[in-house]
Amino acid sequence: MILLVSDTMEAWLNSAPDWMLNLPQWAYDICYDFFKSFIFDQRYLNILTGLQNTLLLTFFALLVGLALGIIVSLVRVSWDKETKNRPWGIGKFFMGLANAVCKVYLTVIRGTPVVVQIMIIFFVIMANSNNKMLAGVLAFGINSGAYVAEIIRGGIMSIEEGQFEAGRSLGFGYVSTMVHIILPQAFKAVLPTLVNEFIVLLKETAVAGYVGLIDLTRAGNIIRGVSYVDFMPLLGVAVIYLVMVMFFTWLMGRLERRLRNSDH
Amino acid sequence: MTTKQSDQTLIRVEDLQMHFKKGQIKALDGVSLEIQKGEVLVIIGPSGSGKSTLLRCLNRLEVPTGGHIYVDNVDITNPKVEIHAYRQKRGMVFQHFHLFPNMTVLRNMTLAPMKLLKKSKQEAEEQALKLLDRVGLKNRADAYPSQLSGGQKQRIAIVRALCMNPEIMLFDEPTSALDPEMVGEVLEVMRELAKEGMTMAVVTHEMGFAREVGSRIIFMSEGKIVEEAPPKVFFENPRSDRAKEFLSKVL
Ligand SMILES: Nc1ncnc2c1ncn2[C@@H]1O[C@H](COP(=O)(O)OP(=O)(O)OP(=O)(O)O)[C@@H](O)[C@H]1O
Ligand SMILES: [Mg+2]
Repeated sequence: MILLVSDTMEAWLNSAPDWMLNLPQWAYDICYDFFKSFIFDQRYLNILTGLQNTLLLTFFALLVGLALGIIVSLVRVSWDKETKNRPWGIGKFFMGLANAVCKVYLTVIRGTPVVVQIMIIFFVIMANSNNKMLAGVLAFGINSGAYVAEIIRGGIMSIEEGQFEAGRSLGFGYVSTMVHIILPQAFKAVLPTLVNEFIVLLKETAVAGYVGLIDLTRAGNIIRGVSYVDFMPLLGVAVIYLVMVMFFTWLMGRLERRLRNSDH
Repeated sequence: MTTKQSDQTLIRVEDLQMHFKKGQIKALDGVSLEIQKGEVLVIIGPSGSGKSTLLRCLNRLEVPTGGHIYVDNVDITNPKVEIHAYRQKRGMVFQHFHLFPNMTVLRNMTLAPMKLLKKSKQEAEEQALKLLDRVGLKNRADAYPSQLSGGQKQRIAIVRALCMNPEIMLFDEPTSALDPEMVGEVLEVMRELAKEGMTMAVVTHEMGFAREVGSRIIFMSEGKIVEEAPPKVFFENPRSDRAKEFLSKVL
């Protein structure tokens, strides 16, 4: 195997273009490492698979996180702003229960590392399944949901009380005031922060390798193992993350500017 | 308790109490009054006397801690009463306008009629434009609130409430947040409304308006109605010392 590898490597080196052979030693070394890490044995395929998994994982976790975050924030806000002041009844009882569950969820999820959460989900809760992607989506989705919930709750609380009163005095109930008047304003206010949470999530999925899911980071690490080159695969992975984050940051900047320009 | 109220009575308030901080603050301390159809009730009094609280209770934006408010012989302070239907019939105008900043003027005005009264977009917009025309703001229909002056915002807030065809309009210091040169345009709209026979309850510090447009003055102090009289009587011949003192300060 080793022989085969070096054979092929040598074969490639023999056919390497002149300009490369004429490079100074350090530059030649870099090209050599690059080839060994990404080109040889089609190792870039690992990176592509990893990248694909990272993006899939982030995307679906984001969806789960958004759904959870919206529900949890609405339960929390509705309790604090409305249900708490209502007379006791079956409705209030269930809302109170839901609110308590949400509070526990927020405390536990934000109070423990996401790596521990994903391991608990994969090795304990989903012990009978080997679906790493599902475990990842659930773990990162549930984790992100807690942060999204607090972001949205902050957005709703930042809308002045007068907006609620204007809605209610026109005859809107609590729910329709929320839907037609408050939430559109709140979402606009928190959109940049939500994009930021997405960026954080993208980077956080790098620990998915702990349950054996081959994400971008894990792919780089695998290449490091087989190529005996340490720096180049990790550098490549880092550059890919950086480019993605810079892209989304740029997008967030544009979004923010557009929101500010249409400031009404 | 459902004593008979006359056909002309829109709202009957009985011994209304509003206590905050476990009774330490008595924002309302036994207020009783009736509001008749077509009258302009002006509520005045020093700061902290409970004027806003009274007005907000009429719309149950504040739930009173005691007493009753009867509308059509139904006690709307009862938490079991679905308040939304009653609120639809009450227009409310706030000191700080509270227009929806993310909607155009037109959308501000058509939202509630379309969602709550199930009016068609066309119908709602027609009515809104008619009202905008009346307050001289038809050309601002597509503007956003941030592009309007304070006086314009308040005029929009008034017509937004009118879009629901209310049977009474509640005003809480509608001109207090305005620059002096804009007060007149808002009072003019209110004067027009009164002339058309709209029932109004107005909390205001504009004594000229109170005297000219009001059909009845209620003077409040420390959560109680201290004096109740037609404007002419109240301003020329106040009975209580507190009203005299208040008038000497504001006139
Ligand atoms: N939510 C509240 N919590 C505690 N105290 C309150 C609350 N709302 C009103 N108060 C108190 O109730 C009293 C009456 O307040 P209110 O706003 O009705 O007065 P007002 O006559 O409208 O005064 P202003 O002319 O300043 O608007 C005040 O002492 C006020 O501090
Ligand atoms: Mg007030």
